[in-house]
Amino acid sequence: MSNTNLSQSKPDTAPKHKINWGRLEEAERFAEMTKLFRQGLITRDDFRRFRLQHGAYGSRMTDDYSMIRLKLPAGEVYPEQIERIADLSEQFSIGSAHVSTRQNFQLHWVALEDVSEVLRGLAEVGITTREACGNSVRSIMCSPLAGVCPDEAFDPTPYAVGATKFLLRNPLSQSLPRKFKINFTCCEKHGMARMVDIGLIPLQIEENGNLQRGFKIFLGGGLGAQSFVGHQLEPFTSEDELLYTIVSVIRIFDRLGNRDNMARARMRYLVNDMGWERFQNLVLKERAMIKMLLSVIVKLDVDKTPEVLRKISISSEIPSVSQGYARWVKSNTFKQKQSGFSTAFLTLESGDVTSNQLRAIAEIAREFTSDGQIRNGFTQDIVFRWIRDEDLPRLYSKLLEVGLANPGALTMASVVGCSGTTSCNLALTNSHRLAKEVQRKFIELKIDEDDDLRNSTIKISGCPNSCGQHEIATIGFYGGGGRLGKEMYPLYTMSLGGRSDENTTLGHTCTKVPAKRIIQTILKIVEIFKSEKKSGETLDLWIRRIVEGNGGPNVKSIDDIKELLKPVVIVPTKDQDEDFYADYGSDGSYHTKTGRGECAA
Amino acid sequence: MCSLSKEKSIHVTVDVDSLRSEIRDKSVKVLDIRKEDDYKQGHIPGAINLPLASLLADDSPDKVLQYAQSFGIGDETSVVVYDDTFGALASRVAWTLEYVGHRDVSLLDVTYSTWKKLGLETSSDIPSLTKTTHSLKLQPQILATSDYLTPAKEKGAILVDNRERLNFLEQHIPGAINIPYRMLASGQNILRPKEDLKRLFQNRNIGQDSEIITYCGSVGTLSGLGYYALKSLGMNNAKLYVRSFKEWKSLDKPIEKQKDANYWDLSAE
Repeated sequence: MSNTNLSQSKPDTAPKHKINWGRLEEAERFAEMTKLFRQGLITRDDFRRFRLQHGAYGSRMTDDYSMIRLKLPAGEVYPEQIERIADLSEQFSIGSAHVSTRQNFQLHWVALEDVSEVLRGLAEVGITTREACGNSVRSIMCSPLAGVCPDEAFDPTPYAVGATKFLLRNPLSQSLPRKFKINFTCCEKHGMARMVDIGLIPLQIEENGNLQRGFKIFLGGGLGAQSFVGHQLEPFTSEDELLYTIVSVIRIFDRLGNRDNMARARMRYLVNDMGWERFQNLVLKERAMIKMLLSVIVKLDVDKTPEVLRKISISSEIPSVSQGYARWVKSNTFKQKQSGFSTAFLTLESGDVTSNQLRAIAEIAREFTSDGQIRNGFTQDIVFRWIRDEDLPRLYSKLLEVGLANPGALTMASVVGCSGTTSCNLALTNSHRLAKEVQRKFIELKIDEDDDLRNSTIKISGCPNSCGQHEIATIGFYGGGGRLGKEMYPLYTMSLGGRSDENTTLGHTCTKVPAKRIIQTILKIVEIFKSEKKSGETLDLWIRRIVEGNGGPNVKSIDDIKELLKPVVIVPTKDQDEDFYADYGSDGSYHTKTGRGECAA
Repeated sequence: MCSLSKEKSIHVTVDVDSLRSEIRDKSVKVLDIRKEDDYKQGHIPGAINLPLASLLADDSPDKVLQYAQSFGIGDETSVVVYDDTFGALASRVAWTLEYVGHRDVSLLDVTYSTWKKLGLETSSDIPSLTKTTHSLKLQPQILATSDYLTPAKEKGAILVDNRERLNFLEQHIPGAINIPYRMLASGQNILRPKEDLKRLFQNRNIGQDSEIITYCGSVGTLSGLGYYALKSLGMNNAKLYVRSFKEWKSLDKPIEKQKDANYWDLSAE
């Protein structure tokens, strides 16, 4: 070893991760189990269960490669962790990482034999992959605006972290009938409380003159081949009851969930089959019983110490404003409830980010954010909080340098696309690439600058299973195959009017749209909207009227839209348009091919 | 292999401190594999420039020997090679010297950029060279040819592709396993510490004595680094398929790919 070491020139005052979620011994065990599997000493199914429990999915058409899903509770990640992810991606994956819709990073196409090395590298910086896949309690989400949102009752982050501390590696959640998802949001607007197994929104009430913290809790929602909106358990669940409630729900699901039919095993089916009132009663009874039986008061370990903000001294010279700054500020930043601070969202393409960009993101967090932290968002994005307003121009020019200054993050131009045929066994279409194509086109067309379109969303899944969350999009798509004579082509089903706020609604199916006509179709809808809208009406509100059959005299309902789209979605013969028959990212002609789903095991 | 004690004095890599003292003692010839223009702007004091392109223009044993002799490299001269490309170009040159029979050749364990970042001395002086003689003792056991590959594989040899993952998935020699060159380095060093490196092979159930053939995209650079990674672990039954995948394809030999997946579209590049 050399005696001469690279001196660390940068004084690193940024906070390091506070909680060590990782366990080195789990990495070592993974290496041992992989060897046993390769030697044929454990069965494929047993190994698969183990692998998923430790965050490693099989890849499309092969389990010689894994997708490793990191578990980032509340989406929190620190600069030194991001740098490690960058290194691991470069060494063992494809030099890019992917941000999921559940705030995690995913590393794709890692050789099975190297998974243990990646787990080791992650554990060294406090990150785990444990229970990131498989039939367990998945990473507990928390709105990336928690703590800075003007509409929140209080910051739910410590509760999301506390719940993770209790549930991670807890025997209670190791072998559930199916995966189980918990989301905390800051307010009604910024989250998906009604689209998960347990969704929680902070609520503060006054009781005997004292302010009492608690939550609105929603149960039994979820997206999938069949989606349901969650039900509110009771008007107010106090923070003291929070853990009892979560445990009760998990226990009921564990006992009564459908273990025979994987396709109907998620808790939302149990709630639906049993009826909400019965389920609600069961939960309340279970909770009362747990409280009586437990001799020790079990309370969530909630760390309410306020975040210590660093003083960031950034040069006082007046920055020159780079081109495109105003557009970026408008579409990518959010004014925090703390005056003088903003939150900035990065527009990624389908959540993909290179190793070099990750390193830049770590540097930027150190330099610009007062909390020295990064959060992953809900829409395949990365979020910097606690940026001083006066630093935004400099932040923007830094982002420009590394290709991360695309506008549109908080607008319809930012499109969600699941991994599709890039890595998923179940995918029928390349939704991942399609989302990138739509986004590029929309940024080029400056869709993000149109206030009428700002609140709308586009989300794309590569199959009916909703990982791309198409059903809560204003305009959503899921992939399948179409056929003209003997020839197949990639074809999506479009739904309209989905949303995930206090008026959570699942999208209504409108029509089928060939992959290569999606962009034209969306633009056509925008064109119809522009000629039909009432003054001041936004696209999402107009679509809501259409879905309810209350459109104008010319375009009244979804059927009218379907009719108007007919010329756009017409199917040419292969001789007329060969490209139509190839999916995005492929030259060859399209065919569907799927393997066994990895979500379930 | 059990010959470690005999070869104790020759290390696969040398660290900067050892190299600096060897330079002071004038007990080493240092080869800089970067382009001539880069070399002229500054290099490790005393280093001789041998741009990889010059070597590749004609890397026949006679020509290589000519280079060595003109640089004043005799049979027993210690040679240290460096580059600014992960150590891959340096590896290719080191391997070539080894192939013509020069035993005492090592890689600097950092790149030139790191050397500079460490604030170590550089020079733009061009050293004067005194010719010497070097014998030719070809080492065919470290070379693999396209004809050799298939029968060797059938007898259990392991074929290692050192290109990046996406390139490997797209196409590779049938039956090869992928150890991308990025996996071999760590931090500022061109090769990981031995313990770390060893685990990568243990995890793949690759034994110490296995015959391993490395290859990469075109001229045996990345796979040269792969070759030296193996040697650093004492895995001496290693060969370099120096003409690599470029030749394999030009010979219309069979190619394997990971089918039915659009993995390229996951890249944010």
